[in-house]
Amino acid sequence: MDLALAHETMARWQFGITTVYHFLFVPLTISLTALVAGLQTAWVRTGREKYFRATKFWGKLMLINLAMGVVTGIVQEFQFGMSWSSYSRFVGDIFGAPLAFEALIAFFFESTFIGLWIFGWDRLPKKLHLLSIWMVAIGSTLSAYFILAANSWMQHPVGYELANGRAQLTDFPKVLFQNTTLVVVFHTITSAFLTGGAFMIGISAYQLRKASRAAKADRNPVKVAAMSTSLRLGLITCLIAGLGTAVSGDALGKVMFEQQPMKMAAAEALWDTDSPAPFSIFAYGDVAKGHNTVEVTIPGLLSFLAKGDFSSPVPGINDTNAAEKAKYGDKAPDYKPNIPTTFWAFRWMIGFGMTSFVIALAGLWLTRRRFWLAPEFRRAGDEVPRFMLTKNRELGPFLNKWAWRAAIWTLLFPVIACSWGWIFTEMGRQPWAVYGLMTTADAVSPGVTIAEQWTSLVVLTLLYGILAVVEVKLMVKYAKAGPTDEEPPRGNPTLGGPPPGSEDADKPFAFAY
Amino acid sequence: MQLHDVWFVLIAVLWIGYFFLEGFDFGVGILTKALARDERERRVLINTIGPVWDGNEVWLLTAGGATFAAFPEWYATLFSGFYLALLLILVCLIVRGVAFEYRGKRDDAAWKRNWDTAIFWTSLLPAFLWGVAFGNIVHGVKIDASKEYVGSFLDLLNGYAILGGLVTLFLFTFHGAVFTALKTVGEIRERARALALKVGVVAALLALAFLIWTQLHHGDNWSFAAMVVAALALVGALVANQLGREGWAFLLSGVTIVAAVAMLFLTLFPDVMPSTLNPAWSLTVSNASASPYTLRIMTWVAAIMTPVVLVYQGWTYWVFRRRIGVHNIPA
Repeated sequence: MDLALAHETMARWQFGITTVYHFLFVPLTISLTALVAGLQTAWVRTGREKYFRATKFWGKLMLINLAMGVVTGIVQEFQFGMSWSSYSRFVGDIFGAPLAFEALIAFFFESTFIGLWIFGWDRLPKKLHLLSIWMVAIGSTLSAYFILAANSWMQHPVGYELANGRAQLTDFPKVLFQNTTLVVVFHTITSAFLTGGAFMIGISAYQLRKASRAAKADRNPVKVAAMSTSLRLGLITCLIAGLGTAVSGDALGKVMFEQQPMKMAAAEALWDTDSPAPFSIFAYGDVAKGHNTVEVTIPGLLSFLAKGDFSSPVPGINDTNAAEKAKYGDKAPDYKPNIPTTFWAFRWMIGFGMTSFVIALAGLWLTRRRFWLAPEFRRAGDEVPRFMLTKNRELGPFLNKWAWRAAIWTLLFPVIACSWGWIFTEMGRQPWAVYGLMTTADAVSPGVTIAEQWTSLVVLTLLYGILAVVEVKLMVKYAKAGPTDEEPPRGNPTLGGPPPGSEDADKPFAFAY
Repeated sequence: MQLHDVWFVLIAVLWIGYFFLEGFDFGVGILTKALARDERERRVLINTIGPVWDGNEVWLLTAGGATFAAFPEWYATLFSGFYLALLLILVCLIVRGVAFEYRGKRDDAAWKRNWDTAIFWTSLLPAFLWGVAFGNIVHGVKIDASKEYVGSFLDLLNGYAILGGLVTLFLFTFHGAVFTALKTVGEIRERARALALKVGVVAALLALAFLIWTQLHHGDNWSFAAMVVAALALVGALVANQLGREGWAFLLSGVTIVAAVAMLFLTLFPDVMPSTLNPAWSLTVSNASASPYTLRIMTWVAAIMTPVVLVYQGWTYWVFRRRIGVHNIPA
């Protein structure tokens, strides 16, 4: 390995680790804040205690997760300058603007209102407090939008001209509203809700199963009600988000076939242009020689996914590589990404994502409202609902056990899917940092030494590893504890809290710290 | 005045805002070791900044993003050049944010003690390192003809920069002590005032030395005026603190920071990062800036959004304006 390659490799590993790690928390933050906001809205509107308990419970988990998302996001903001200074110089004109807007428009919103929400339970009138959490949800979604606009520009540069040796912005609306951006935003937001829905399914299922095993006297009706509602909310979220993810994923695929044919050919291990092109379910091949030795395919399906009919030609890796070589010359040794990683990342993304969707679909049917929640089908308020096949028939004990297990495990699947989705998107773009304009090798900081890179890679990886253990432990602790009923539901405080001198003035704060 | 000059001013404003705001929450973080005597007092301290520290930190993110967009060359040279120093700051900010959120999440003395130690160090180190960083920016660093930093990490640890680091460290601690006195009641308030006096005197001596050094080497009339304002405000803050006028003391310690940071930016202009190797290689507002089109869009968005942000952030401070003490903290 020569030194230049090591330099680039290190920077890429660092970016990969920090970004995938950051993105473990982002989808959950986006969706969970909105779901908590929804539950709190239900509480404010109906005054029912179960919604209050659910809001508090999911809110706590949301905060544990949000803290990690926020702090790992700080690294993202600065590492372009640290490790990718040539890139920053080249694209700052375009890439920096969405980043600045993200901070100015979204981060301020998110961080200010999350403070108001955490500490405002006793200090803000109910509706104003509710508004705070909605603001957080809006803020985190907006921030996703700006970041994805910036990323989409790297995938498909538009609205620029090359001048003074760098890309200069000429049309900002185009950057914000190009189809790549819009489709990616749609896909990312829906998959975020798939993640949040599955998270809710998994933990509520765990709580309900625990309750169903506990002695009747130990069950708390409000807790059971809060978790039943949460399970249904998670299932519905997952179903809708899953459909949205599939639709947006298909749209994104079609855009990518046009804008980055190489990425999609690699995703399919389609070496030679074919028409009609087959969809590959499994492939094992010889990357050096450029062909598959074993493959299982569905004829014509790839043509359909790429162009909407069953016979259109789809360009293969070898032909695309030749075409890009002709177009870009020797900017890079060749224009192929890492084919096996791209191929499998694409499959794991779809596979894990769709598994959660299917589980949610089955779960919704098994927990149909009529049979599950309606009082006449339950003997007591604290009874844990069951999985019903029909009005009078339950799932057998064996399937019942596996249904609970599947519901709990589904929590992890979208997280895995999202990570692989990003790995696919980013690695499939290689060797380009900015597609067609700048290679990743040219993007790294020339002045940063290998020793510095090693230091930061080791330090950040260790730190992230330790924090992951802490985070997971806390999550498990609070998820296992379930909703608490220690705190009474809040009244409706006046703005700023009780006046000094009044009876309540010295009442302890409901502080989280 | 051209747009890149406007953006130089705006970025200065963002850094000033950042040091004004996170300055006191760094200070409070440092005081958790120096001032609080038991667990409840530590909680009081942390809760004085609880609702606002996260919002304060966004000023830094905005300064970073705005620099990236408005002065890509500055952003690239600064952050790749100060690589290890920045890494250290980032690690601190990561641990610090997690520490605030997680320390109360388990009822376990050792757990809380460890996070408290983390809060102390991760407040102290950035408070020092930001001063070192700005000392280096003002003083100039080894930048070559291709705008790359060619010095080493140790080059950043020169006398002037270290003095700058001590200034920010003590100034922020003073600012934090004054803020604590303003936001608490009871015994802790008295102790915060007493400590503010001691820290403030040290801060004043250090700051005076640093600012005079800066003025002698890089200053002009404007920076001299800023220096005078900073010095007067610091003396005023000390006096107000002694008189028990805590609101005034906090306002004046804030003015000290505003004027001192403003002075640094005034001495910097029109450079954004001078080169010590050859003045012709310095990064300036014009050779480091983005295109006029980008700057125009950013100006519009900043003009619309900045007042909005100020209003709702200010409102947060108003909502949580009440003093707190140990009686507010559940045992």
